[in-house]
Amino acid sequence: MSKPIVGVLALQGDFVEHVEILHSLNIPTQEVRNISDANMTAGLIIPGGESTAIGKLLKSTKLDKWIKNNATNGYPVFGTCAGCILIAQDVDSEYSLKLIDITVSRNAYGRQLDSFETILTGTKLKNVHGIFIRAPKITKVSSTVNILLKYKKEPVLVQQDNILAGTFHPELSTNAVVHEYFAKLVKKFNYHE
Amino acid sequence: MTKKNTTVKKNTLKLKAGLAQMLKGGVIMDVVTPEHAKIAEDAGAVAVMALERVPADIRATGGVARMSDPKLIKQIMKTVSIPVMAKVRIGHFVEAQILESLGVDYIDESEVLTPADNDYHINKNIFDVPFVCGCRNLGEALRRINEGAAMIRTKGEAGTGNIVEAVKHIRTLSEGIEAIQHMNESGLKKMAVEMRVPVELLKQVKKLGRLPVVNFAAGGIATPADAALAMQLGVDGVFVGSGIFKSKNPTKRAMAIVEATTHYQDPDILAKISENLGAPMTGIDMDDVAVKMAERGN
Repeated sequence: MSKPIVGVLALQGDFVEHVEILHSLNIPTQEVRNISDANMTAGLIIPGGESTAIGKLLKSTKLDKWIKNNATNGYPVFGTCAGCILIAQDVDSEYSLKLIDITVSRNAYGRQLDSFETILTGTKLKNVHGIFIRAPKITKVSSTVNILLKYKKEPVLVQQDNILAGTFHPELSTNAVVHEYFAKLVKKFNYHE
Repeated sequence: MTKKNTTVKKNTLKLKAGLAQMLKGGVIMDVVTPEHAKIAEDAGAVAVMALERVPADIRATGGVARMSDPKLIKQIMKTVSIPVMAKVRIGHFVEAQILESLGVDYIDESEVLTPADNDYHINKNIFDVPFVCGCRNLGEALRRINEGAAMIRTKGEAGTGNIVEAVKHIRTLSEGIEAIQHMNESGLKKMAVEMRVPVELLKQVKKLGRLPVVNFAAGGIATPADAALAMQLGVDGVFVGSGIFKSKNPTKRAMAIVEATTHYQDPDILAKISENLGAPMTGIDMDDVAVKMAERGN
């Protein structure tokens, strides 16, 4: 059985960093700029960047509908930072795909001078380098959402079935545990369901 | 500013360079009013550069160009949710202190303004706020990075609507990076002395095959095709100054340049978005440019 291809949305943002981390784990990847790229993939990472810019480009490429339709049918999606905003159910953005039942507040820690890095540890994932850059906050999660990592008692990495959302940037660290976790999720939803 | 929780770090190089990484594949637009800033944000800009006059007007007006009124910068910061950058004069570290106190997200130590110091750039390492600086070649880029710049842009020639200098600077930078790929230890040491930078920086560039920070193109981008040209030549994103708000239809042109910066490898999409944009800014031939801003600072 060949390994499933993990797509990285390559419209704007730090998608190259995600691709490099996946390569370090020997996971085949595909940069996704249009629907034919997306059709090759078994799961998708929406990277950090600016959510309005990415949102507009999702619309003009019609990838917004493609992702929404597939995610509803079990296609795994992982959104980081801007990506988290773009998949949240309840957020101040006209471009959100509403894939995960959480409330997200944009730029909630403040401006660039308030950006920070720290070490995060949960029960499943340990010693994760949490790099928060003008990060959003997850202010509310529904009862069916599983909290994987917290910072100061607030959720920063959450999962609801095939959808993973994080407010920090695991792609900027040298530690690949979060990507490994998502790769397992992609495998699970493609081969064992 | 010591926090009780010592495991939390702020203003690290990782965070400074990291914000620039989030801007990649995007367009940073010059804006002179909150209304422009909103238009830029809605068109898909990844950040705005807040200033009183776009470079084309700085050229036209002449005189000394300085940091913008803090009130204007604050209004723009309030209006948009994307990062806000602002410019200081080369070497003017007090203007930088003022912008840091305002809490802007990035400072551009820029040749577009009249230099304040002919010998020294700002020591950017001691600031909390990240800096972007211009360059024309590898040596200039590395000197700025060594001073603490967390992002680089090739200078081009601002306010001309003419891409020729931007192309020259992107190519010269690439050739510089290419040249050190084949250098041995003693060659690198000699080059480091020539460039006045630590040899470790050159070794890092050799290993990465690129600059250790994000590099955007600036100075002369006026059309979607210009943006795609810069991207195909290998930059990470583009600054558009006068090109948008000096054109006939800023909203449409801004959106088209955003699309072009993403789909820079797809001529079919570029053809479609280049259609019917209205007149671009007029632009100036390099022979008619009185002040070469790119020659300011080295």
